[in-house]
Amino acid sequence: MNLAVRCQNVVKVYDTGGQKVTALNGINLDIVAGELMMLVGPSGCGKTTLISVIAGILDQDDGSCEVFGENLLNMRSRDKLNFRAHNIGFVFQAFNLLPSLNAAENVSVPLIINGMKRVDAERKAITVLEHVGLGERWTSLPSQLSGGQQQRVAIARALVHSPRLIVCDEPTSALDHETGRNVMTLLKDVALHKDRTLVIVTHDARIFDFADRIAEMDDGHIIKVKGERRK
Amino acid sequence: MNHIALKMLMGDKGKYIGIVMGLTFASLIMTQQPAIFLGIMSRTYSFIADVGLPDIWVMDPKVQFVDDIKPLQDTELYRVRGISGVEWAMPMYKGLLKARLFDGRFQTCNVVGLDDATLIGGPPVMLEGKLDDLRRSDGVIVDIDGARDKLGKPSPIPGGKPIPLKIGDSLELNDRRAIVVGIAKVTRTFQSQPVVYTTYSRAKSYAPRERKLLSFILVKAKKGQDLAGLTRRIHETTGLAAYTQEEFKTLTFKYFIRNTGIPINFGTSVLLGFIVGAAIAGQTFYNFTLGNLLQFGVLKAMGTSNWTLLRMILLQAVLVGSIGYGLGVGLTALFGFAMRHTILAFKFPWQLLLFSGAGVSLICVFAAIISILKVIRLEPAIVFKG
Repeated sequence: MNLAVRCQNVVKVYDTGGQKVTALNGINLDIVAGELMMLVGPSGCGKTTLISVIAGILDQDDGSCEVFGENLLNMRSRDKLNFRAHNIGFVFQAFNLLPSLNAAENVSVPLIINGMKRVDAERKAITVLEHVGLGERWTSLPSQLSGGQQQRVAIARALVHSPRLIVCDEPTSALDHETGRNVMTLLKDVALHKDRTLVIVTHDARIFDFADRIAEMDDGHIIKVKGERRK
Repeated sequence: MNHIALKMLMGDKGKYIGIVMGLTFASLIMTQQPAIFLGIMSRTYSFIADVGLPDIWVMDPKVQFVDDIKPLQDTELYRVRGISGVEWAMPMYKGLLKARLFDGRFQTCNVVGLDDATLIGGPPVMLEGKLDDLRRSDGVIVDIDGARDKLGKPSPIPGGKPIPLKIGDSLELNDRRAIVVGIAKVTRTFQSQPVVYTTYSRAKSYAPRERKLLSFILVKAKKGQDLAGLTRRIHETTGLAAYTQEEFKTLTFKYFIRNTGIPINFGTSVLLGFIVGAAIAGQTFYNFTLGNLLQFGVLKAMGTSNWTLLRMILLQAVLVGSIGYGLGVGLTALFGFAMRHTILAFKFPWQLLLFSGAGVSLICVFAAIISILKVIRLEPAIVFKG
């Protein structure tokens, strides 16, 4: 069994103006490579904090979180940046596309961050846009695309540099039911394969059936993990 | 990433134009106000600059500036001529005299008396007539601004512009007739009084009777002479003050700086302009970065280093700074060009370009630094906060 993520006793406490809020309180979670794991639970239960730690954009206060065998907490910041740039793709609730860049330019950003020339990066970005069904719209600005189309551009951006882990924060909550399911189908069909893991934070019960496993969180704990691990 | 930085900057046209306009305004106010200040201050010594030819000005040691006339005895001229290293020395009369105009009004004029034989110290540009025409009986040369305005004949239409004085017209200086034989272009003086050139002997006849009437002795040094050494020798030999042209300009300039409120008034205005311009431009740029904080956060989450983000912000600051500076300086130059024939004082030396360039750079660097600090401190986890 090839582990993509291993969290052991992860603790994260926020200091909000003198008041301590424990967002993660001893999280233990293993995520296998190639599986689609959903993190679900009520608002404020720590889902977003946990994917932030897994994605290496937030440091935990205690415990360890290994991603593909690398303990991100011990990495120098430059190595962590490189690790993120090469291994992690992001899909956000509000898409977070750069509004002044067209679809191809937005998708090419991770490749440019990884040092690819702009022309080559945009060429590859157009190919990936074709995979998500937006090959014809590569010159469109985000404001010229519908919500579903913007999320597909965001998925293309998360995929373009072939990361091993994609973290998605509420990818369907800004979309209607049908578009949300289309986006999930796309994520599962295009993004997920045996070497790539998806971790999705969601409230949206309509898409739970896409998950291989679902970890239910409450008050900084994982209270239940439903589903079978992939072998 | 430079391409992305530029697209981020120019993508929102409204904000982009706002930043550029803020910097344009800052640059404009940092050049236009000082240019007017320098223009006014340069008028204090414009007469010295206009005379041009002599290397050294000799005068009473108590003279504080060019219009502070303390007359010398004519014999001082001969003493100066006798000093080694002096190529030639010529007398000059300068004084304020009342001119009686065509319609009976009186106007104070700056009367300049030039050496009868050589006419050294005459106006820099003759527009009508010749300098030699001063040798004609009762001849005077009048500056164009004075001829058009203060010395002009009253308009036959009530409230209309005066009819300019022209060659052949006459006026009275201290009850003596003076005939206009030429119109000259001179740099406006601080008091903006009309300038009337005549010969030294005739100027003495116009001036009220006094024992001493020689205002300045204009000295040309022999070729290769050390001017500092020659001024020292003139002072040691005659006891008079001797200044090179630049020293005399500086003496006059410093007098006005020390004894008038102009530097403080203008300095305050320039400083306020700088602060207002800096605040507008700095805040606009900072707000722009704040507005893009989520985008910077996304780039940071995806693996962009702080160094790359810093370069992006600096590039944006340099670009808007350069455009704003260029537009501001261009508008100032345009303002100066449009005002060139008016009474407004305006001087735009290259040093002022450097000053305003440094000012705009300072604003941009400051705005960029506070923006960069914000981005460097930015927690990339912001991207999941929606």
